[in-house]
Amino acid sequence: MAKIYLDHGATTPLHPEVLEAMKPYLTDLFGNPSSLHSFGREVRKGLEEAREKAAAAIGAEEREIVFTSGGTESDNLAIRGVARAARQRGNHIITSAVEHHAVLDACLGLREEGFDVTVLPVDGYGMVRVSDVEAAITDQTILISIMLANNEVGTLQPVAEIGKIARGRGVVFHTDAVQAIGNLPVNVNDLHCDLLALSAHKHYGPKGVGVLYVRKGTRLKVFNFGGSQERKMRPGTENVPGIIGMGRAIELAVQELDKKADRIRKLRDKLIAGVLEIGDVRLNGHPTERLPGNVNVSVRYVEGESLILSLDLKGIAASSGSACTSGSLDPSHVLLAMGLDHQTAHGSLRLTLGAGNTEEEIDYVLSVMPEIVSRLRSMSPVYAGQRRD
Amino acid sequence: MHKPVYLDNSATTRILPEVAAVMRQVMADSFGNPSSPHRLGLEAERVLHTARRMLAGACGAREAEIFFTSGGTEANNLALKGAALRRVRRGRHLVTTKIEHASVLQACRALEKQGFTVTFLEVDSCGLVDPEQVTAALRPDTVLVSVMHVNNEAGAVQPIAEIGRLLKSRHSGIIFHVDAVQSLGKLPVHPAGWCADLVSFSAHKIHGPKGTGALFCREGLELEPLFHGGGQEKGVRPGTENVAGIAGFGAAVRLCAERREENQVHLAALRQRLLCGILAQIPDTACNGPAAAAPHIASVTFKGVNGEVLMHALEERGIFVSTGSACHSRRPEPSHVLLAMGVAEKDIASTLRFSFSPENTTEEIDYALEQLAELAASLRTLQGRR
Ligand SMILES: Cc1ncc(COP(=O)(O)O)c(C=O)c1O
Ligand SMILES: Cc1ncc(COP(=O)(O)O)c(C=O)c1O
Repeated sequence: MAKIYLDHGATTPLHPEVLEAMKPYLTDLFGNPSSLHSFGREVRKGLEEAREKAAAAIGAEEREIVFTSGGTESDNLAIRGVARAARQRGNHIITSAVEHHAVLDACLGLREEGFDVTVLPVDGYGMVRVSDVEAAITDQTILISIMLANNEVGTLQPVAEIGKIARGRGVVFHTDAVQAIGNLPVNVNDLHCDLLALSAHKHYGPKGVGVLYVRKGTRLKVFNFGGSQERKMRPGTENVPGIIGMGRAIELAVQELDKKADRIRKLRDKLIAGVLEIGDVRLNGHPTERLPGNVNVSVRYVEGESLILSLDLKGIAASSGSACTSGSLDPSHVLLAMGLDHQTAHGSLRLTLGAGNTEEEIDYVLSVMPEIVSRLRSMSPVYAGQRRD
Repeated sequence: MHKPVYLDNSATTRILPEVAAVMRQVMADSFGNPSSPHRLGLEAERVLHTARRMLAGACGAREAEIFFTSGGTEANNLALKGAALRRVRRGRHLVTTKIEHASVLQACRALEKQGFTVTFLEVDSCGLVDPEQVTAALRPDTVLVSVMHVNNEAGAVQPIAEIGRLLKSRHSGIIFHVDAVQSLGKLPVHPAGWCADLVSFSAHKIHGPKGTGALFCREGLELEPLFHGGGQEKGVRPGTENVAGIAGFGAAVRLCAERREENQVHLAALRQRLLCGILAQIPDTACNGPAAAAPHIASVTFKGVNGEVLMHALEERGIFVSTGSACHSRRPEPSHVLLAMGVAEKDIASTLRFSFSPENTTEEIDYALEQLAELAASLRTLQGRR
């Protein structure tokens, strides 16, 4: 049976070179980086090299890189960290309705602590309007958090512009670049951001490791306490193999960006065109300002879940939205924010392409999709009703 | 030179080859996101499930009571802050000891800043907490008691079961947390037998990978998560799971559990051999900690010898030890554990920690002894002359 992975938005396979880089740290290089002897010193050196790579990849300085346990922790550390540290200056936070739950829930959780959170709407493509951000800023605003690329519909946000405005108004700016890195250029200076979150497993690195970029001078209140690792911003014995893997993965992600992104974008456009041909299919997200590998469509009269199961039986791994909410029956908050009705949102299918996908695979998907869709539609009472009308 | 003799296993341990093999396999083949709705997702979910079953089995818990974290530090923070912040309406008093790991002590300090009061209990000269003192410290507004099982610097094994029983007999609903990071795999670990509500673990202390740990949380007990996100680990610990790390943790737990009794005997013999040798052959030495300490940790004071100098001299001869806990090794302050045990500051500066793994051999211990005797003597002559 075919084995086609079209869920790179959920997670990516490990790059073989990343695994190679990690291997020594799973055997001989096992020391605790805090140990003063050579077992520790050797590992510390590897850790600092990974930090150099991460810093170089996004145009940061080494001391601005904090390794975390992943994107979720990075987002929370940024948002809750800034909010709690800047309490005296103000209590207003601005974010958008299409953020990942790590950002959205971190912000909403702060409401209980007395913070005022503005959740900005988006347009029909899932894009935040720069003018909305500007209008929302008050003298109480301490933080703006807007993602660089959306994980469900792939829409790219005007982050550089927002960053410039935030900088002008003296507001700390965080961006979740978890989905963007490796797919588009990410540079903290071009984006004018003070904080930026990354997660290794979205760019062919290991799960359970991430980065929070913290521009020097940005004050954070942390939520884990203990040893003095990561300059106390993130205590606990470091996930050494993971960090080494992240360093190598981000280096490769940047090196291979140009070569990869164009090829994937072409496959994406072919896939979109083919799926739209099925009829009664709507493309969600922006037609051009979107991640090179993201396809998100609503197939009318079909449940997204059934579509995913049928595709899985054909050896195609897809998803309905973000992986972490796939167990829930609620429709995607992103699609609802874009103005889709519940039913259309329920029929959504996300196909996310990556480095390993080939044109043959896309052809195969396009050859089986119409049949699956028409079979599912034939079982749908809504569709039958529609036909009679 | 002698092949490296690694006696710093309380700082971290070598990943077992079987564990590394499991991790490599998971990274190469089971790369799905456990939350994904397709086959690859299910496969990754199964990997987590297997690991959860291993850990639950090893400590007599239910799978639903195991929450994976990014390590022992996070497990301790989640336990203390997660339980305390959920219970602010019941009270704002915590009880712990002066010899806990930094992650417990610092989490307590952070809670103090949020309006909690914390009683830090004294220990005796062996590093032991008196259960009666624990109960004496309780107040009507006490919400949580946290006492570690095995101390990471002196190896003292705390009377956890007794403390748990005393707490439970009061029917007060006080949450009991135990940091079992240093005891897992070395001593029997059974939250139910201890009447413990929360127990912390870390994989890299049992020949598993760094960056993975777990919190046992008794069924029905609610915790405030440290952070928010996609609902993984039932929302208690969100974020895409470190699948390979967790798989490695599970494999390490299984291997440890299979060999625990045999390991415990072997470790105790190594410790005994080194301690008896040092005390018999090297004058002016003292063992810190109780006679019935954990089998894998020995804290020894070499009076009049600079501990750091001795540590580096040993390293030159291929022997790796530490002067105390690894996460503080960059800080020049004397060990808070030894201070609490009443060891004089100048003696703390002359103290080394030896910590063993089942991989160590008696031959290695004999080599270490030989080198220690020689170095202690020569350093004393040198320092005496100055
Ligand atoms: C945009 C975005 N932010 C944050 C995260 C969370 O990252 P992690 O899975 O490493 O916790 C994800 C992925 O799930 C994501 O897509
Ligand atoms: C007793 C004890 N608790 C907690 C920890 C922290 O665990 P981790 O290193 O996984 O953060 C350690 C080890 O450093 C420890 O020895």
